[in-house]
Amino acid sequence: MFQVLNENGEIVNKDDMPDLSDEELKELMRRMVYTRILDQRSIALNRQGRLGFYAPTAGQEASQLGSQFALEQDDFLLPGYRDVPQLIWQGLPLYQAFLFSKGHFHGNQMPENVQALSPQIIIGAQYVQTAGVALGMKLRGKKNVAVAYTGDGGTSQGDFYEGINFAGAYGAPAIFFVQNNYFAISVPVEKQSAVKTLAQKSVAAGIEGIQVDGMDVLAVYAVTKHAREHAINGDGPMLIETLTYRYGPHTMSGDDPTRYRTDELNDEWEKRDPIVRFRKFLEEKGIWSEEEENKVVEDAKEDIKKAIKEADNYPKQKVTDLIGNMYEELPVNLQEQMEEYKEKESK
Amino acid sequence: MAQMTMIKAITNAMQTELKNDENVLVFGEDVGQNGGVFRATEGLQDEFGEERVFDTPLAESGIGGLSIGLGLQGYRPVMEIQFFGFVFEAMDSINGQMARMRYRTGGAHNAPITIRAPFGGGVHTPELHADSLEGLIAQQPGMKVVIPSTPYDAKGLLISAIRDNDPVLFLEHMKLYRSFRGEVPEEAYTVDLTKADVKREGKDVSIIAYGAMVHSALKAADELEKNDIDAEVIDLRTVSPIDIETIIESVKKTNHAIVVQEAQRQAGVAANVVAEIQERAIMHLEAPVLRVTAPDTVYAFSEAEEIWLPNEKDIIEKVNTVIDY
Repeated sequence: MFQVLNENGEIVNKDDMPDLSDEELKELMRRMVYTRILDQRSIALNRQGRLGFYAPTAGQEASQLGSQFALEQDDFLLPGYRDVPQLIWQGLPLYQAFLFSKGHFHGNQMPENVQALSPQIIIGAQYVQTAGVALGMKLRGKKNVAVAYTGDGGTSQGDFYEGINFAGAYGAPAIFFVQNNYFAISVPVEKQSAVKTLAQKSVAAGIEGIQVDGMDVLAVYAVTKHAREHAINGDGPMLIETLTYRYGPHTMSGDDPTRYRTDELNDEWEKRDPIVRFRKFLEEKGIWSEEEENKVVEDAKEDIKKAIKEADNYPKQKVTDLIGNMYEELPVNLQEQMEEYKEKESK
Repeated sequence: MAQMTMIKAITNAMQTELKNDENVLVFGEDVGQNGGVFRATEGLQDEFGEERVFDTPLAESGIGGLSIGLGLQGYRPVMEIQFFGFVFEAMDSINGQMARMRYRTGGAHNAPITIRAPFGGGVHTPELHADSLEGLIAQQPGMKVVIPSTPYDAKGLLISAIRDNDPVLFLEHMKLYRSFRGEVPEEAYTVDLTKADVKREGKDVSIIAYGAMVHSALKAADELEKNDIDAEVIDLRTVSPIDIETIIESVKKTNHAIVVQEAQRQAGVAANVVAEIQERAIMHLEAPVLRVTAPDTVYAFSEAEEIWLPNEKDIIEKVNTVIDY
């Protein structure tokens, strides 16, 4: 397992320490704290019925944000359903992320500067699509990468294998992340496969694979940066397995993790908390303080409050909107139905 | 004008669009140097290069995903599924993904993809090559499904499909690939994806068909004429969405209709055509609208095709039933 920062916030691998300025290191911390608060508030808002579908992210901040931090603005993101934070830091406005959760199409309308699809619900589909985006970038001669995320359970899908294999066969600039949090809902990773690591699944595609400490933001950043350079230099895709953990349930849709996880296991992973570890590192360097952290927390809460209000006030969807988004030119059946619903909506 | 088989017309359409738009890419299993298992892409890689016309690994879902991703980078993919019986491997890529792209992204992205695939019976193929599965995709909002029956239609419809900015499934009947030639203009032209075509005008009964069944219907119409029954043959061409206007206009004139498909009775699109007619023209009907279809079994073992596939005799019988009703 590739690691830079250990659980005590000590650099254990100086050679691979990424070249980040103090400001960049602080920005990484700011994003992780902000995202932890976003998770806590999202769970609360979901319980109040003010948000809909929500897949908790606490514990995965290093894995999600360390990787996103290594990307450029024109790289293309194909996230899974738990990967909303990456979209937000890539530029998706918070109120739109909330609209995605609530089930409003505007949540999926990426702003023009955000090269991404909205979170993919069909586990594995983002992998085959990533191979296509990456091949497109290669044919266009772009110096960019396509980036997909899935979980440990997702590695059992056919599309997972097809995606990495296609990208490998075309030498396409793709980075495939497997965020291994050891559970696919209630099913532990041992029941997915007899492999010792998920990273070694890269061997079947003939591409490079690496397993990284997904609770170590510096390691995740360094590996992603490396994979990105590897890809844009024409050396093909990479598979990155991040070993991480979700502290919360699978989703807020009725999953109860106490049915399949022990308190001991949770305690063990809380000791590896990516924020605690990185805080120690920054404090030791003398560039982070409690006041700064509190400021991030307050800012996050303020932003979230504004964003949920904006989402609440966003115009409600109409059937005519849904019909209008189906095709560039409406076929005759939808032309008829458009008229029908215009009439209904005018009453 | 040139005389072309349907397969030549299809190759010619792809060649025309590869020339016309540098974003057009043609890919699939064996479509490159080999020129396709039916030679549909013959010569295209030599003419346009490996970056425009290329082979893929053997994985239909991956090919679908590749198309979606290339579409997101501004390309106009023309992907091939070697035989449409293999579509089950790609159902998520098609119905679960590309069909929904424009809608799910609120128009931020689209999927300007054409899926070409051969299908259809009568040529003794092995298992799962000939199955008529158009009904599966016809039920998916966001998709269009096109099935040509002549070389002229094939070229014009395929060019329209490639230029369409939403996904189109283009199904090519294997029996029609080389069974006859027809006049096809050398230059680019389009055939409207929203319009059915009246292949034979008549006043006594409307025979609504598509694919190879159009030719069976035309043969049946010639026979029926000997008994003074003047049949109008409508070729749907696009089976989803269907051209309701042309169908209803015909039924209002003839007051009798049958719908003919090669698919099993529980499959295909005939039930939808019947439903539209009864909703819109029931007062013009002198008899129920009957269907000619295959039986509701799995597609026939190849030696049983002749007794299983619907043919012109079945069509004549059904027309006589509605006329004598």
